[in-house]
Amino acid sequence: MATIENLPSPSAERPIGFGRLKRKEDARFIRGQGTYLDDIRLPGMVHGAILRSPYAHARVVSIDTSRALAHPNVAAVVTAKDLETLGLAWMPTISYDTQAVLAGDKVRFQGQEVAFVIATDEYSANDALQLIDVEYEPLPAIVNARKALDPDAPLIRDDKAGQHDNLASPTWEAGDEEATNRAFAEADTVVSRDIIYPRCHPAPLETCGIIADFNPQTGQLNIWNGNQAPHAHRTVYAHVAGLAEHMIRIRCSDIGGGFGNKVPVYPGYVCAIAGSIVAGVPVKWIENRTENLVSTGFARDYVMRAEMCSKDGKITGLRVDVIADHGAFDSTAQPTKFPAGFFHIVCGSYDLQASHVKVKAVYTNKAPGGVAYRCSFRITEAVYLVERMVDALALKMKADPIDLRMRSFIAPGQFPYETTTGWTYDSGNYAETMKVAMDIAGYDDLRREQREKRERGELMGIGVAFFTEGVGAGPRKHMDILGLAMNDGADLRVHPSGKAVVSISAQTQGQGHETTFAQIVAEELGIPPEDIEVRQGDTDKSPYGLGTYGSRSTPVSGAAVAVVSRKVRDKARLIAATMLETRPEDLAWEKGRWYVKGDPEKGAMIEDIAVRAYGGEPMPEGMEGGLDAQVIYDPPNLTYPYGAYIAVVDVDPDTAQVTVRRFIAVDDCGVRINPMIVDGQIHGGLAEGIGIALMELLSFDAEGNCLNSSFMDYLIPTALECPDFELGETVTPCPHHPLGAKGVGESPNVGSPPAIVNAVIDALYETHGVDHIDMPCTPARVWAAMQGRPEPPQ
Amino acid sequence: MQTPAAFEYERATSVDGAIASLERLGSEARVIAGGHSLLPMMKLRLANPEHLVDINDLTELSYIREQEGEIRIGAMTRHVDLLRSDLLAQHFPLFRDAETVIADPVVRNRGTIGGSLCQADAAEDLSAVCAAAKASVVIRGSGGERVVSMDGFHVGPFTTAVGAAEILIEVRLPVRPDGGSAHEKVERRAGDWAIAAASAAVWMQDGTIGDAGIALSAVGLTTIHVTRAEELLRGKAPSDELFAEAGAIASEDCSPASDGRGPIDYKRHLAGVLTQRALRRATARALHQEA
Repeated sequence: MATIENLPSPSAERPIGFGRLKRKEDARFIRGQGTYLDDIRLPGMVHGAILRSPYAHARVVSIDTSRALAHPNVAAVVTAKDLETLGLAWMPTISYDTQAVLAGDKVRFQGQEVAFVIATDEYSANDALQLIDVEYEPLPAIVNARKALDPDAPLIRDDKAGQHDNLASPTWEAGDEEATNRAFAEADTVVSRDIIYPRCHPAPLETCGIIADFNPQTGQLNIWNGNQAPHAHRTVYAHVAGLAEHMIRIRCSDIGGGFGNKVPVYPGYVCAIAGSIVAGVPVKWIENRTENLVSTGFARDYVMRAEMCSKDGKITGLRVDVIADHGAFDSTAQPTKFPAGFFHIVCGSYDLQASHVKVKAVYTNKAPGGVAYRCSFRITEAVYLVERMVDALALKMKADPIDLRMRSFIAPGQFPYETTTGWTYDSGNYAETMKVAMDIAGYDDLRREQREKRERGELMGIGVAFFTEGVGAGPRKHMDILGLAMNDGADLRVHPSGKAVVSISAQTQGQGHETTFAQIVAEELGIPPEDIEVRQGDTDKSPYGLGTYGSRSTPVSGAAVAVVSRKVRDKARLIAATMLETRPEDLAWEKGRWYVKGDPEKGAMIEDIAVRAYGGEPMPEGMEGGLDAQVIYDPPNLTYPYGAYIAVVDVDPDTAQVTVRRFIAVDDCGVRINPMIVDGQIHGGLAEGIGIALMELLSFDAEGNCLNSSFMDYLIPTALECPDFELGETVTPCPHHPLGAKGVGESPNVGSPPAIVNAVIDALYETHGVDHIDMPCTPARVWAAMQGRPEPPQ
Repeated sequence: MQTPAAFEYERATSVDGAIASLERLGSEARVIAGGHSLLPMMKLRLANPEHLVDINDLTELSYIREQEGEIRIGAMTRHVDLLRSDLLAQHFPLFRDAETVIADPVVRNRGTIGGSLCQADAAEDLSAVCAAAKASVVIRGSGGERVVSMDGFHVGPFTTAVGAAEILIEVRLPVRPDGGSAHEKVERRAGDWAIAAASAAVWMQDGTIGDAGIALSAVGLTTIHVTRAEELLRGKAPSDELFAEAGAIASEDCSPASDGRGPIDYKRHLAGVLTQRALRRATARALHQEA
């Protein structure tokens, strides 16, 4: 545990409240003393392993488990037949679809779960997988979303009554089609592009897993499971397994990364829970790297066609048509009323005349998912599309891409701004942020350098992206997931010693909640952050709420912690008035202390007030003892962080290798609670964005074999691909958030890929005529584009 | 966690002891050195050896020294030692070029030159490096030692001249005057296998190229030894045009396959570009003109 002694910052540098503060949790992480799921071993625990389908699409003819059952260390082999008797063969997805827990009729993607082995140790469990004999009858597979609706496409979801094609959801629309047609009719320049945001994977370094421990004597189900939304998971388990919700306890311990991958409930979880209920002993199941990459929640996979137009040098209209590839089961993560997530924020940071967005979704023989990989529900795809389109338009207009953006931005005076697709942006001064980025980059000098290099045959590109995100879902009148309001709770208790515990429904996966949330209480109450323990990730010890994803922790849980701190401060004021024998309205607050307005020497410190709250002396008339409070926070709107990113790349003219030489990121995420943690979040997200732009891809051959099933083939970036990031900031406080904060965790992942791709095209357009390339910009794919034959990723 | 199948394990205390174990255990036994190729294959159950003979205690096989006009490298010499060796960098700088881009520090701390050569993965860098440097290897069995040139070492994909009960114990690099060498690699990301890589060595003689060595990684089923380009260079004065011609031969003489790293035409193109670059740098080094 972090203690005062091993906190890295000297006490003189430690802010009591907001400011740069080294993370409390790092004291254990950097010593290798974190407790991850696989570190937990329970007495009598057995181990599960999953047999997976080698085929992307095949009928399951028979499953013979007899040889596996004969293995001396194997306790059970579970198949769909066994789960059917428990009513657990299928489970609901996060998007109101159903997903096979274990395949009974057919396998629908390579890597799908077919059987679950329980053995005394994980080696034996994996040995036994090779002793299960499954007979398959292979069927043709669909891996290309554009071909999923062909009349002769094989029907993937024949389990669903009334399903006659591979349409996963009907066309969903936003914006005004007629007004958009008018904008295009009146335009003087129109561009169109086919743009793919290819399938990639969050790839957290700790894979997914669970320990399920059902106690048949008490009926209590204890679960250890690194997940981003423990309360929501508990509710789902109660519904799916018919268990009493109050008898389920989920504990998260430390989590080695989530990035959206640890939002869904996976078949392995259900198998382990069912296994523990049947066997009456704890069952641990932890997937290996390959299983994580081939079967758990992927991200993106949006096949997009877009048109953008301008009039008199300003962007005026946008038309978008998307096919979303959901894989074999629709388990895409999004609030109920938003089947395409928040994709319709695609109108971006621009004051458009009109826009129109259509999204339809298809089933394919690929793993299910569509999770929000470090983004707020499809905002990454939206930002990528609009920022690529603005550059395409600038190319055609022969305009500088920054000039075009500057001419088209929503002006500061227009906020709150209603977009053409129905969002209400809270605040912003986009041009100011863009200028800060240009200054750091030395934009005009870069353009000069580029011209000089071109004359020498060197290829250098400068790419820009300006994003606006909507995060912090969300207001309960608009947003829920599986009927659960997207609100979050906070409980705060100040102890008689003046130290405090704050319990939150958010769950860190590395974002630094233990530090940030302590700093919020510190800012509001004046208690040093090291004296504030942040509890999370234990459904028995934290208030109900929907968890950490979609950059919602600070916008929602952070607001909850601010509000609950203020409730405690208000109560402290009443107690202080009694202590100081004055009226509450005669007291003023300074950090950590209520004092008498006319006599500042006379006051009560928060720790003295705490002593009084728990002591023997009288409380104010009608007030209960103790110094604590609880809230459930319902955000009135999303928050809208934004930023200006500039990438500088060099492309080797012979080998086509792309090097990101510089990356400038100026974020406006409102008020920054811990600027050091914000910087760290931005560094991590930029690294991921470089990975997505240059190397990450989940690809499939025609038979549906996943070609990227290990880190040998699914490349994630290293420090060597990342330049020394150049960060800047502007601060436009969110008007409706109690702290003025907006959330930042996902901005860098959202904003960096279009900046890098725009830079690659900027490097190649004049000399090689390259006006489009899809990610990832691997050397081979860039070279093909330079030869004039770019290929879509497959 | 990836779990390998069950296997028996023993630790050798001498080279002859290891060879005796291999003879006794038969064809299902494997030598394990650094383990950074074999263990991942076992964890993915692509390799399921019944016995492992661990030779990590054979520190007598870890050395880089100059002896009888050769640089001699013990088979258990780790990548990190090849990277750091000034003696090696002085005579064969292509080793340092290669070692800075082979995998990552964790792998380089464990992986060995003997293991790399015996794995004989066509995408592996050191096989090309040794071929270009005109190395030979010493292979020992119960019947004694034999010396095999790199030409005779690669028998086929993942297959070498090392027999079932034999161990590669040493790599020998003949030192000749006025030599220079370089290794060029293109990878998708630091630590990835090469999309293509080229090793080149030249030995200058009276202003012309007296001898040359050129070998390619990752563009064929085995390391590609571009002998036709070597012949082209011999006796000619170095020039960009000559190197371009050699590059064109390398493009023609390789036989890459299309995969996630790139299509055939791109790999052929790279083979040419990298051969040219390696030759240019090797020659500059031989002439002490490196920028």
